[in-house]
Amino acid sequence: MMPLAVTAYTATSAMGHGLAAQRETLECMRSGLRPNDFSSSPLPCWIGRVDGLEQAALPATFAAWECRNNRLAWLGLNQDGFLDRVRAVRERCGPARIGLFLGTSTSSIGATEEAYRRLDPDGGLPDDMLRPAIHAPHSLASFVGTALALEGPCLTVSTACSSSAKVFASAQRMIALGLIDAAVVGGVDTLCDSVLFGFNALELVSTQPCRPFDLARDGISIGEAAGFALLQRVETAPQAPRLLGYGEASDAHHMSTPHPQGLGAGLALQAALERAGLGAAQVDYINLHGTASQKNDEVEAALVNRTFPATTRASSTKGFTGHTLGAAGILEATVALQAIEHGLVPGNLGGDTPDPSCGSSFAWRNERQRVQVALSNSFGFGGNNACLAFAAAGFAA
Amino acid sequence: MTALRIYVEGMGLWSPQLGDFDALRSLLEGGSPPPPAARPAAATIPPNERRRAPEGVLLAVEAAGQVVAMSGRDAASLACVFSSSHGDQSITDYMCATLARAPGELSPIRFHNSVHNAPAGYWTIAVGCREPSTAVCAHRASFGAGLLEAASQVLAEQRPVLLVCMDTAGSGPLGEVTGCQQPFACALVLAPAVGASTRARLDIQLSADATPTTLAPPLEDWRAANASAEALPLLALLARGPGRCQLAAGPDLGLQIDTETVA
Repeated sequence: MMPLAVTAYTATSAMGHGLAAQRETLECMRSGLRPNDFSSSPLPCWIGRVDGLEQAALPATFAAWECRNNRLAWLGLNQDGFLDRVRAVRERCGPARIGLFLGTSTSSIGATEEAYRRLDPDGGLPDDMLRPAIHAPHSLASFVGTALALEGPCLTVSTACSSSAKVFASAQRMIALGLIDAAVVGGVDTLCDSVLFGFNALELVSTQPCRPFDLARDGISIGEAAGFALLQRVETAPQAPRLLGYGEASDAHHMSTPHPQGLGAGLALQAALERAGLGAAQVDYINLHGTASQKNDEVEAALVNRTFPATTRASSTKGFTGHTLGAAGILEATVALQAIEHGLVPGNLGGDTPDPSCGSSFAWRNERQRVQVALSNSFGFGGNNACLAFAAAGFAA
Repeated sequence: MTALRIYVEGMGLWSPQLGDFDALRSLLEGGSPPPPAARPAAATIPPNERRRAPEGVLLAVEAAGQVVAMSGRDAASLACVFSSSHGDQSITDYMCATLARAPGELSPIRFHNSVHNAPAGYWTIAVGCREPSTAVCAHRASFGAGLLEAASQVLAEQRPVLLVCMDTAGSGPLGEVTGCQQPFACALVLAPAVGASTRARLDIQLSADATPTTLAPPLEDWRAANASAEALPLLALLARGPGRCQLAAGPDLGLQIDTETVA
């Protein structure tokens, strides 16, 4: 496929606000997880909460969009000079020639939950919550489109935990077809009762900080994050890292457990390698989905073992951030891009007693090495799988 | 910019007034098609799954099953795009009401049914489809934006794509703000080239004019009553024969669509 330049990117999560904080947290192998202090009746678990959101009100002009998820979106957009980079491209290409593709699992459902907690005496939504645009899954992309003053194609992808990986594919197709010249991609998901109590009801939440690929792993920790990337044609930025390929596939197996042999995950991975023109041995690092659920990690470890040589290093970074659900795709894409930029293979935090089924590709501690090619896996409920392939500027497969 | 040229191999439709695409055609020809049964049959999914499946899944699967049958394609071979402005509103209403009252009582099945890609999940599982599947939305422009996503998959990847767009009726306090008074689902099978079951050709141009084509009653009322029914100008054109219509794909983005019948 036609590669794209990633001309700007940013992330905000429990690792911190912006890329410098994220890199420092990764370098120190410091977890951003904390005991659950979210919601009125916190479950006994650990969460990856972003600091400072409670004080980070939206600017008055965006008051109609006010809610935790859009606050996190705005906080994220304000890191790493991302707003200025988008503004510059908008001035050059025009607002109608920039697409916006954002992934989210629950968008601003937290605001709808709040409205239901304080319904009017007549049973209706309270007056301050009669804001239709925030009670729909498109709330996030709609707000970000307004905040960035973009007028091109604008789409929300909501395929649970693969959402903000799949946005790269949508953007690539529309740029390749000449419908747009550039795209802002990314995703935001925030802590809310729906996911905390929902995953708890499915008995998928650990009472401890999550331990991806650990022998004693017993469930996920839920986190929140915002991340964005700016994609353009390679000619416009030959020195930028690149999106080389993407792969998407369905399990056709079960709504909430992965295919036992990782069929869909394997198809997505192979499709990404094929589009990128890569052989598995050319992959230096793969950021795994690695949620710390029993089943995901078992299936994904087997996929890594049968696909890659030991020279391909593999880790999950959910021990740093928790599972940020619909934002995991973009968050972990930025980890893969930082691996390329800084030669850092992040260690698989939380895997203190590695599951023996994990092969020699697994990086349990941080490793320093040149990373030319990095992949990122993202799998979601409904058997929805995505894989992204990134490479350093100038890399030729 | 040149137009996106794609081919339609089938049309599916379900609403309380119209049980399939032929019913729309009959209505536009002056007939009075009988309304369908109260619940969509959604026969593509096995009976025990159908009992568990929420209404939004049944709606989407009904329209998808109709259109795939019309196209003659193997459902497992089609990439799919499921679009919906609000997803399943009765589930969202249930989730928010339960979380407000007794969060510990949340049903695990309703939670996994609450994901926006539940119809995509049920569909791919039922038909054994391992092709790419996605779930998207764009407020009232969810059909137009979903069509643009599906068309770009068809052309960039040169593959046939199933597009399904559905919204349930509003439910509970949430129903006050979603503008959906009745359910609606529609579906198209789209392909990059003319084939044995091609019905029509679409030439799609992006436009800065997001004003959708006006409709005559009762279609205008049905469109007003459901976000996914924004598809009706295109569906009506496909039922009547060649012409031009305009759909919204976003607040500042329209799709100008020219249709041509392919016999």
